[in-house]
Amino acid sequence: MLGRTANDLFWLSRYVERAENMARLIEAGYRIALLPRVGEDGKQEWASTLESAGCAEQYYAKHGTLSTRNVVDFLLFDITNSSSIHACLATARRNARAQRTALTREMWESLNGSWLEFQSIRPETLRPDALPRILDWIKERSAAYRGALLNTILRNDTYYFSQLGTFLERADNTARILDVKYYVLLPSTSMIGSGVDNAQWEAILRSVSAHRSYRWVYKDSYRSWRIADYLILNRAMPRSLRACYSEIDNALDDLSALYGEEKPCLETAKSTLALLEKGDIDTIFQSGLHEFLLEFIGRNNRVAHEVSEAYHFNS
Amino acid sequence: MEQIRVAELKPAFDEMNGFGQGVREPYAAVAEWLKSLRVEDLRKKSAEAELLFRRTGITFAVYGDTEAAERLIPFDMIPRIIAAAEWRRMTAGIEQRVKALNAFMYDIYHRQEIIKAGRIPAELVIQNSAFVPEMIGVEPALGIYSHIIGIDIVRTGENEFYVLEDNTRTPSGVSYMLENRETMMHMFPNLFAENRVAPIETYPDNLRKTLESVAPERLDDDPVIAVLTPGLYNSAYFEHAFLADQMGVELVEAPDLVVEDGVLNMKTTQGLCRVDVLYRRVDDAFLDPLTFNPESVLGVPGLFDVYRAGNVTIVNAPGAGIADDKAIYSYIPEIIEFYMGRPPILKNVPTYNCRKADALKYVLENMADLVVKEVHGSGGYGMLVGPTATKEEIEAFRARVKAKPDNYIAQPTLSLSTCPTLVEDGIAPRHLDLRPFVLIGDEVRLVPGGLTRVALRKGSLVVNSSQGGGTKDTWVLQD
Repeated sequence: MLGRTANDLFWLSRYVERAENMARLIEAGYRIALLPRVGEDGKQEWASTLESAGCAEQYYAKHGTLSTRNVVDFLLFDITNSSSIHACLATARRNARAQRTALTREMWESLNGSWLEFQSIRPETLRPDALPRILDWIKERSAAYRGALLNTILRNDTYYFSQLGTFLERADNTARILDVKYYVLLPSTSMIGSGVDNAQWEAILRSVSAHRSYRWVYKDSYRSWRIADYLILNRAMPRSLRACYSEIDNALDDLSALYGEEKPCLETAKSTLALLEKGDIDTIFQSGLHEFLLEFIGRNNRVAHEVSEAYHFNS
Repeated sequence: MEQIRVAELKPAFDEMNGFGQGVREPYAAVAEWLKSLRVEDLRKKSAEAELLFRRTGITFAVYGDTEAAERLIPFDMIPRIIAAAEWRRMTAGIEQRVKALNAFMYDIYHRQEIIKAGRIPAELVIQNSAFVPEMIGVEPALGIYSHIIGIDIVRTGENEFYVLEDNTRTPSGVSYMLENRETMMHMFPNLFAENRVAPIETYPDNLRKTLESVAPERLDDDPVIAVLTPGLYNSAYFEHAFLADQMGVELVEAPDLVVEDGVLNMKTTQGLCRVDVLYRRVDDAFLDPLTFNPESVLGVPGLFDVYRAGNVTIVNAPGAGIADDKAIYSYIPEIIEFYMGRPPILKNVPTYNCRKADALKYVLENMADLVVKEVHGSGGYGMLVGPTATKEEIEAFRARVKAKPDNYIAQPTLSLSTCPTLVEDGIAPRHLDLRPFVLIGDEVRLVPGGLTRVALRKGSLVVNSSQGGGTKDTWVLQD
């Protein structure tokens, strides 16, 4: 496989995943903005949404102040924002077109279909109540693409690089959501049990679509350390850091076996997985949740970088 | 006020109805089928097909347009049908022609016997911008220069076929031939049960076999083939990706390639991998900046040296454009006689070379009746169709020809055959041509059919997709 192909497949998966994550983030933020105001201005929720999405600075440069309308437009439709859903779909489709030969027909048609339909949306004529429908549609299209991929792709390097893109992006996303909100998960006397806490915790879970499964797993009301445990260490939760690293580890193992050679990225991934497997949430809280998440994000970036080096993405 | 001249062409031969004597034999079943349909049904199917093309991404980009403007080539559902006997004759003519064209190229890049024999003027070849002096003395595998040729054939009567042009560089359109068939079989499976249509889906396999047959000798492994594309924004990008995919080979761009240790390599996830056969869909000028275009940053430095040493086969060979140059075209009948020892089976359209004084005089005087073409133009650009042009257009063109006569040729306006086609006001005859794709390697391979292009505007003779032409599925019937 060409190095350029591996690079395009990796980023294609990352952008599809990013678009989906963005849809969840907007959904969670929108929900909080709709809640009756408790104390602080609900618009502030958008500040952490922008932080989680990693494009706060760009937003303020363009719009100055927070408003639901501007934030939604910026994250959903603004093509000049490289993390907007629009830009993610455009880049994903461009990569797919450049790698038509590596994609199955089902994958291409799913992605191309999404792109054509997204382009037909006219943001200026959109009624506010259309937003949930659009966000649902984006999640659906992302799921359809993943489904086409899982059902039709050959289990070779095409698949492994796609998996790496999906799960490195997903791990990054979950870690960022937690890091932006880590303070609401810390034990603090003033806020315990308050409505704000609960709403904030629910927003975190919603942004990774875990607000319902949480109760099935923990059979308990929201507890901050359990939420952290769920999103970081729980192996069953498909968006947890640990679940992502199981997939990354599998993909790199398979890739090493296929190519008959182990690269440094495999070692970095394995040690990261071990960290998550052996970790317990009390220790993480004691030594600092924020510090833990920062280290994780750094490791995750290192794996991505080492993968691109090892497999000649840009040679 | 601008006055539009009315086309003064003799009535055209219709593929379905001849000169009006009733439905021709090969169209019997399709004529019945058409009668059973309402125009609205056909339109509905047509819209369905368009959606299918759009979703599949069978698009082309027009030069100068942005990415957003990926366009569809209109697809007409009424097939163009060729009888078995007609195809047999065409096949013989095509084989003869492509062998002669390759023999011609071998000769002019070696001993130049045809020039020495005085059959073709030396300066026409040597001073031709399509002649590549670097190719002199190079020995391409099996002596073949043009492995993939698209021959544009038009028809004017029951037994009147003419070759309009040979495309010996990088002919395109074969993906549309294949996708049109897929679409038709998907939309109208019954039609294929009622008509014995020769299959064409072996083309990608034939292409692969052809490319493998011209690979440099290597003992250790199967030859590695790659398709070289200028990239995503090229008008024929879909086809490049399509062919690579159908053959199961890599689609590469120049930056993916590098010359090292005297061989051509592609940069893969596991390091460098040798390439034996490069099916390039880029122009000569973008192959190797060291040899062809020192100004260019595009291309693969050193590629030509690898080629000259016989360590990679470039398909089609650099310099293959000399055989489809429009100024050379008028000599093709002589070329065929010279190398094949027989008169051509397929006729050329009589051609006036404006570089000759008497021809120039005739062309300037009769411009309104002629088709005038730029010698190096392609895609329907830089061309005048006299009978359908305005007076102003003719005058403008006359001035251009006068200023640079060497640059132009002219041909009588042929009344191209028509075929029933779905247009705005229903089903009406539209002019068309045919481009069969022939493969030349260890043997000549030709799938039965080709790409039929149809001029959708009433009376128009320009079938090029860049000028709003459409395509049809092309059926060769089996006996």
